[in-house]
Amino acid sequence: MNANQLGFYTLLKKEVMRFWAVLGQTVMAPVVTALLYLLVFAQAMSGRAEVYEGVTYTQFLLPGLVMMTVLQNAFANSSSSLAQSKIMGSLVFLLMAPLGHWEFFFAHVVAGLIRAALVATAMLVVAIPFVDLPIAQPLALIAMFLLAGGSLAVLGIIAGIVSSKFDHLAAFSNFIITPLSFLSGVFYSVHSLPAVWFKASHLNPFFYMIDGFRYGFFGRSDVSIWQSLAWTSGFFIAISAVALWMLMTGYKLRK
Amino acid sequence: MNTSPTAALSINGVRKAYGAVKALNGLSFDIRQGEFFGLLGPNGAGKSTLISIIAGLIRADEGSVAVLGHDTVRDWRTARRQLGVVPQELVFDPFFNVVDMLRIQAGYYGAGKEVWPWIDEMLERLDLSAKRTAMMRSLSGGMKRRVLIAQALVHKPPVVILDEPTAGVDVDLRRTLWAFMRDLHQKGTTVVLTTHYLEEAQEMCERIAIIDKGVVRVIETTEALLNRHPFRFLTLKLVDGAELPASLRELVTSEKAGAVELKLEREKHPIASVFAALRSAGIGIADVSTRDPDLEDIFIELTGKALSSPQGAAK
Repeated sequence: MNANQLGFYTLLKKEVMRFWAVLGQTVMAPVVTALLYLLVFAQAMSGRAEVYEGVTYTQFLLPGLVMMTVLQNAFANSSSSLAQSKIMGSLVFLLMAPLGHWEFFFAHVVAGLIRAALVATAMLVVAIPFVDLPIAQPLALIAMFLLAGGSLAVLGIIAGIVSSKFDHLAAFSNFIITPLSFLSGVFYSVHSLPAVWFKASHLNPFFYMIDGFRYGFFGRSDVSIWQSLAWTSGFFIAISAVALWMLMTGYKLRK
Repeated sequence: MNTSPTAALSINGVRKAYGAVKALNGLSFDIRQGEFFGLLGPNGAGKSTLISIIAGLIRADEGSVAVLGHDTVRDWRTARRQLGVVPQELVFDPFFNVVDMLRIQAGYYGAGKEVWPWIDEMLERLDLSAKRTAMMRSLSGGMKRRVLIAQALVHKPPVVILDEPTAGVDVDLRRTLWAFMRDLHQKGTTVVLTTHYLEEAQEMCERIAIIDKGVVRVIETTEALLNRHPFRFLTLKLVDGAELPASLRELVTSEKAGAVELKLEREKHPIASVFAALRSAGIGIADVSTRDPDLEDIFIELTGKALSSPQGAAK
């Protein structure tokens, strides 16, 4: 069966146009929020010892904040688009169209990554004049961005499919995405945690996303980059399988 | 040897149940290429379920549907390209303006810039040109309905299904829409219509299926359907408000504003016999008119129900 390439490209373009139409809300607002975190935490923790040798707390904090913002925005893009069109009924236009589950999947994942990349770039452009940030391992950086951002965009597809009310979506975000991202070592090294929390952190996929991304900047991290890549790839593959199954079978989409 | 051309829509033994409720109970019929076809039925008859199954929004429990010979499950991509569906609900994407929405919709079907002139033509035909760059959320209900119609036609599908396209819309749009649909039909498009305005179906459709409780009650040409019942209606206004003789009273179907309507079987009750009965009873006639049965009468005969108001039916 031939893929519908123009259909895929159109859906991707539509998803980008959707967040582009409200750029202040979808890109500027998260950048401002993240920069406020940076400002407040950098000030409050300025006396704190270096996390890695030669890396100040502010330097340590910035990549984590960027990745946290990437995760939240990749999730927000696909989840809000899907939930909104599902609740408002306009999803029928997609469901009646000759678009397959792969096209649907990749259009939403790539759109989520584009929004995440814009947010990350804007954050770095604003912060770099004030925070000296090296890029030690660009390939690791890009790989972690794609895998982690992609994972959260996929998670957003699942959340959008499962949610039949905006409340469900908010619950997904408030009780899963936000706690996992706050407890992932954005603001601290997991080595500073008590033993129980240290172990618990190693079960949180977001921890590997943040840690691996940080490795891309400093060439150093709490766990090996290979471990982070393996965890994040595994997570991406597992949830992609779930999302693709949902899209293929029409779970909660086609009655 | 089968020489009949492929049906525009072929519905074969389609069943769908929601728990104990059987929405479709083994529905089978074909809609021929180039037909203007009416799909009628009271609320809850299963029309919308059937349309959703054809469009791929609902999966049938049993049976199959093919669009121009392409199975909607096995060969869904080709089947969907052949089909344009105007949904009953006024759904829209609030983030886009009218022309962008239509271009996006075309893209989903693999149609690019080559259909942009067609989009402009549709905007013109549906009186939407002035709203070309208006945001979808700012449009009135009638305007949103026009966009929905354009969206369904944007990829030039050979088979179009309109699910209650005129529910709650003004006369102006109805006229515009039917003129446009007639044109498309003349150019070879197969049009399937569901409506609660039976006079519309009577005027537009060449063939009609009436479904009720998930089964086809009748499927015939509109003409055959109208001739199906050999009766006609006679309305009388009697001089000085006189009472009808007892022999005619059993034929009364309605009575209002001093006029009585009688339902006469052509063979059994020729009009002349009514006049003769009145004359012999010494009753004078002040006014008289006759009416052939319309689709509403046939519909009531078949389903035992009248169609409710379109507004109510639009959910």
